[in-house]
Amino acid sequence: MIDALISHYNYWLIIILMMLGLYVVVSRGNLVKKIVGLNIFQTSVFLLYISLGKVTGGTAPILTGKPEAFSNPLPHVLILTAIVVGIATTSLGLALVVRIRESYGTIEEDDILIAERSEDASKINGGSG
Amino acid sequence: MNFILPHLPVLQVAIPLIAAPVCVLFTFGGHRKLAWLFTLAISWVCFLIAVALLSRVLLDTDISYAIGNWPPPFGIEYRVDPINAFVLLIISGISAIALPFARLSVEKEIETDRHILFYTSYLLCLTGLLGVTITGDAFNIFVFLEISSLSTYVLIATGVRQNRRALTAAYNYLILGTIGATFFVIGIGLLYMVTGTLNIGDLAERLQPLSDNRVVHAAFAFIVIGMGLKLALFPMHVWLPNAYTYAPSLVTVFLAATSTKVSVYVLLRFLFTAFGPSYDFVTLTFEFVLLPLAIVAMFAGSLTAIFQTNAKRLFAYSSVAQLGYMMLGVSLSNIPGLMATILHIFNHALMKGALFMALGCVMYRLGTVSLGSMKGLSRSMPWTMGALILGGLSLIGVPGTVGFISKWHLILGTLEAGYWPIAILIVGSSLLAVIYIWKIVEVAYLEKGINREEIVKEAPISMLAPLWVLVILNFYFGIDADLTTWVARNVAETFLGAGA
Repeated sequence: MIDALISHYNYWLIIILMMLGLYVVVSRGNLVKKIVGLNIFQTSVFLLYISLGKVTGGTAPILTGKPEAFSNPLPHVLILTAIVVGIATTSLGLALVVRIRESYGTIEEDDILIAERSEDASKINGGSG
Repeated sequence: MNFILPHLPVLQVAIPLIAAPVCVLFTFGGHRKLAWLFTLAISWVCFLIAVALLSRVLLDTDISYAIGNWPPPFGIEYRVDPINAFVLLIISGISAIALPFARLSVEKEIETDRHILFYTSYLLCLTGLLGVTITGDAFNIFVFLEISSLSTYVLIATGVRQNRRALTAAYNYLILGTIGATFFVIGIGLLYMVTGTLNIGDLAERLQPLSDNRVVHAAFAFIVIGMGLKLALFPMHVWLPNAYTYAPSLVTVFLAATSTKVSVYVLLRFLFTAFGPSYDFVTLTFEFVLLPLAIVAMFAGSLTAIFQTNAKRLFAYSSVAQLGYMMLGVSLSNIPGLMATILHIFNHALMKGALFMALGCVMYRLGTVSLGSMKGLSRSMPWTMGALILGGLSLIGVPGTVGFISKWHLILGTLEAGYWPIAILIVGSSLLAVIYIWKIVEVAYLEKGINREEIVKEAPISMLAPLWVLVILNFYFGIDADLTTWVARNVAETFLGAGA
């Protein structure tokens, strides 16, 4: 039992990181912090893929002629793509945060909600829509 | 011509993908109209390719295309069979019909200096959706899903000129959409861990002896939840109403008609091709997760729609209910149920396309789609409001419309599964649709017009023509449903036959 826990320590770390990231996304009201949480969450998935491609004692898959064990390069290549997707998501998210800050004057979710509610209220009272 | 034909599957995706950066070049000189014409032309090319692919698949056999000549399962395979050829046709068809409508709508709703970039994002979104549908490689699905999602966030945020909430709507969709896509990719990773393959056909074979494997169960859960988020399955639908409400009209038309449908398709692909309904954990999910959620969605979506004062938001909530119907058909997992889902993917694209396009016409003339501002509008915009009501009838499922065809098969499916109370619930939730459509009839036809500063004219013909094409298709495929039911039956039999 203990052996199984220790020999799979990479997965435990990944799960902890994954939960931390998801928790930050859900619990923080600050829009930038949410994106940081999202990044941690995505990074844990990158680690999941990378660590599953590792073969104990394996090296990089370059043919040298000598009999050697190779790590599986495919998950690593997949994650290269996923990292690019992650960067695109982060930069787009941050760009949206900049625009939100410009038009609302805040990046706190609660304050944005208050601003939107008061907008709705004035619409109903003013009668214009 | 002959050397092009074998490469149609890859051209379906490559053409819009290459067209997107080419479209940016129109910025030099600011040729806005050319950018629109270019996007229109590309959409029609995609549509023609989709027609060619569908007819080849239906009359001949499935197409397998090895990208870069790397044979599957090692390389990426594009696999075209009736179901995804059908979805490809829906995506490119809606795009081809919606773009003639786009020019004036975009002109009105989006800042002038952003038009060319808007069309670029639109092309990327089209690429992503087509790519998700055509590819037979699980990781490739994720990559295209993200291409379409990222461009969708941008497209929604361009609605900022109308209302700044487009920004927060896009942001919230970005957070939830990314969580959904990441869940999906975790699922793919877990499947790769136990099977060592990413090709869906290959996955299906290698999963057969692994039905008791915990990792497979976890992967299944991650994929269902991830796709559930993307397709706005009931408790995970919170991103959808704001995204649809504050996006520009063209984007709402395109997204409502295609993007959630593509996620439904991906879910179908995994449930029936990769996993298959012969596994216990799949049937248990159908019965205890998807079925209850679908029924709750049917009622929660329709009930919330009744209380909306913004017409776009009203139909957005109705979409949540309609997705409930689709998931109900999936969870029945019998031939008529699955046929209902596949038919509804097509039919719902037609009706929501028409409805949101009609609202786009209202938006063009009034600058708002709140019900309060639409009082007595039937007198100044008879054609637009007429289309809205006919689309609404189709949404309710009146005989003679496409809505009836899908609901008919859905009810047959529930009866075949022995769930007759659910058949009554379907009729009940359709009656809720009557209430919210009636709200619009009452406002537009029965109430006296309000005094407007300017005289409101009917929408221009370039917007009305595509709208009425969709309305007529709603009735055409409602009366002559042979083609669609034939495709749906074909697909449903393949899906259920493969699992048995």
